Amino acid sequence: MPEETPKYPLYDSPDGLRAFSGRPLAEITDEAARAGQLSMADLRVSAETLRAQAQVARAAGYDGLAGNLARAAELTIVPNGEILAMYAYLRPGRATQEQLLNMAEALEKQYHAVECARLVREAAAVYQQRGLVRQ
Amino acid sequence: MPSSHRFQSLEQRDINKETFVEPWPEAGLIVADSPADPRPSLRVEGGLVVELDGRARADFDMLDFFIADHAIDLAVAEAVMATPSLEIARRLVDITTPRAELLRTACGCTPAKLVDIVRHMNVLEMMMGMAKMRVRRTPANQAHVTNKREHPALLAADAAEAALRGFSEVETTVGVARYAPFNALAILVGSQTGRGGVLTQCSVEESLGLQLGMKGLTSYAETLSVYGTERAFVDGDDTPWSKAFLSAAYASRGVKIRFTSGTGSEALMGHAQGCSMLYLEARCLMVTHGAGSQGVQNGSISCIALPESLPGGVRAVLAENLLAAMLGLECASGNDALASHSAIRKTAKLMLQFIPGTDFIFSGYSAVPKRDNLFGGGNFDADDLDDYSVLQRDMQVDGGTRPITEVDALAIRRQAALAIQAIYAELGFPSIGDQEIEAAITAHGSEDMPPRDVVADLEAANRFLKGDQTILAVIGALQRRGFDQIASNLIEMGRQRVAGDYLQPAAIFDRNFHVLSAINDVNDYTGPGTGYRLSAERWQEIQQLPQVKSPRDFIADQVGTPVARLGELGPAQPGTRPEVVVAVGPAFGTALTRTIGGLPHEDVLAAILTGVASEGLVGRVVKIYQSSDLGAMGQTGARLSGSGVAIGLQSRGTTVIHQKDLPRLSNLELFPQSPSLTLETYRSIGRNAARYALGRVTTPVPVQVDNWARLRLIVKTTLLHRRETELVRDQPPMELRFDWEPDF
Repeated sequence: MPEETPKYPLYDSPDGLRAFSGRPLAEITDEAARAGQLSMADLRVSAETLRAQAQVARAAGYDGLAGNLARAAELTIVPNGEILAMYAYLRPGRATQEQLLNMAEALEKQYHAVECARLVREAAAVYQQRGLVRQ
Repeated sequence: MPSSHRFQSLEQRDINKETFVEPWPEAGLIVADSPADPRPSLRVEGGLVVELDGRARADFDMLDFFIADHAIDLAVAEAVMATPSLEIARRLVDITTPRAELLRTACGCTPAKLVDIVRHMNVLEMMMGMAKMRVRRTPANQAHVTNKREHPALLAADAAEAALRGFSEVETTVGVARYAPFNALAILVGSQTGRGGVLTQCSVEESLGLQLGMKGLTSYAETLSVYGTERAFVDGDDTPWSKAFLSAAYASRGVKIRFTSGTGSEALMGHAQGCSMLYLEARCLMVTHGAGSQGVQNGSISCIALPESLPGGVRAVLAENLLAAMLGLECASGNDALASHSAIRKTAKLMLQFIPGTDFIFSGYSAVPKRDNLFGGGNFDADDLDDYSVLQRDMQVDGGTRPITEVDALAIRRQAALAIQAIYAELGFPSIGDQEIEAAITAHGSEDMPPRDVVADLEAANRFLKGDQTILAVIGALQRRGFDQIASNLIEMGRQRVAGDYLQPAAIFDRNFHVLSAINDVNDYTGPGTGYRLSAERWQEIQQLPQVKSPRDFIADQVGTPVARLGELGPAQPGTRPEVVVAVGPAFGTALTRTIGGLPHEDVLAAILTGVASEGLVGRVVKIYQSSDLGAMGQTGARLSGSGVAIGLQSRGTTVIHQKDLPRLSNLELFPQSPSLTLETYRSIGRNAARYALGRVTTPVPVQVDNWARLRLIVKTTLLHRRETELVRDQPPMELRFDWEPDF
């Protein structure tokens, strides 16, 4: 990870920027769209870019946002359907504590989403204490 | 007891349609300082918060846990909590204390501490605080675009016009939930037609909102709602953790979010627990901050009428905006839901956000008429747009919009409607007909639109949502049909998702699709000459309302061919017999030839002289050069008059009946309302002057009083008087010949 804070806007230094798919920003063009070469993965942000934006946020004093962007970086590789399912599980009364802890395991082991796993474990403990788990 | 006509009249006023109640803390009907609000406290042991605002960890509810473990900067908290709240309040107002210092301080506060700080501040001080603490230097504005028919062409056209008018964000929602993807699509396409870079959202249930974002149909989400008590939050079907996860989920797809809170929601949901609205809102804001949201929509939002029913409600709503800014949160500051029947009241409340500026002064402004607004009814709406432009021009304040011409509005609406028609055709959605396009272009509201097959639309919308098609299909459709610029704007929005720059706090795109956020548009306000100032260009834009006229053309109607029947004879001599002198101004009949009311000078003179003659006297016309002042003219004329009575007559028509022994600024009768004077009135003036000259009993001439006339005509009045005054010179009064005989 680079030592200095990336220069903002990152858009103005496009050389390093790639979409989630790996396509360089310079190749996400009107022509590429016209030729049918683009997919939604080419219009999604990459984990690397999110981590860079997290650095920018932290350097400017926005620690909370930096934490969110770091968690977002972890979630880039989680497919859409699973993200929606995970969000649903975190809503009150949807999941048992065991299900939440299993979800945290999956985040950690399958996706290396350590911060997200931490968030979910924390939720599991609080929900248990506050009666927000599914019985 | 007899009843007062005045009180009857007051009872009919719009303000008296509102509900005003006394505070009732048990019901949560109290904006601040409830007896149930805790006192600020914070105890930390071994890096863990064990007490928060009087509650021990064992008694924490889920909000307490989240706030304690995510939202407080423990590195500064002890020092901050020990700092007197009054001192922090003073630093907020002090223009020399930099924003960064106060941001650090606020992040070390508990909810009760935050509330304790703003308790010391009046609204003026809070506005000063907001000017400094606002996250983005440049203020901006958000628009609502919806309609009752959920008609795609109208949505697209209205979104395009809103974008042209300068709104940086456009929000839509649904009447019927299944319309969501189509409504989102229509305003996305419409807004990008108006201006590339406008951010769009569709306010729907949370997981549906995420799906829309994943498909590229929205560029941000706002209505991630949070609540100030555990029970209210659970009724809202979320927790701080689910909301934090949702925020990260959106960001993982490159989509910006902000949370939504706002005073009053907990009381409305029956779960205020006797606490004040502001204290509960402070909890919401700390949850927002702890979850890592970049911003919040607050300022009571849909519940606005609830704090407004209570004393200090509007002040509390400003306080919650300020707390958001203090915590480094982008603030979309309410003024959106219908807040009052009274135009006076809603505008006064608006001033608290408008004058200091916020990240989004409205969250949002109803860019469509109230009746088509599907969010709480629309507070300021399309019919108020010119008023809103004028407020910015009046006060030299950037309200985040600009005036546009009808021609430009129609053109952009046409383009957007055609674009959405093309998309529907290419993607096999139920077609949008040419009559619908034409209707959408000139429409004001959905009553102007032909009906659509709702069932077919909803089926197609559902297929679109469940299927594989994304924004890329839309881009392809636009490209195939030649809407290259709009397609390009949509691709650019995708590129910006890849760059992630607009995930930073308070990010918007300017007209050149450059990101402006807390990172590169830092609010550096520290008093006059600093922070956001209107650029010369922006001030020019704000000033140039389409209704603005050049004053140079204003008096064209009063300029004409000099009156041939009127000529100068020579210096006027004092009169020796009974007569009425008519003393006219230096421009009379020459440089100016009509009164402000459009009456030709010769007709006015004839009318006056007819009136004089009807009492058997002769009128002598004299032109005064030494002054354009009506009193001076009348007095000079009166001193020349054999009877001592004269009529002073300015070219614009203002008239006085004067007498030689009276002080200059006194008179027998005065007619200051020149626009209301008719030829009949001038005849009566002539007659009365003659009667005064003859010592006959005289009833003053009755005149219509129209106070609105002065308002409308004051610029013209000023310019006419200036024209007359330009001709003032050191020359004695001149006797005029007027070729005229009385009719009788």
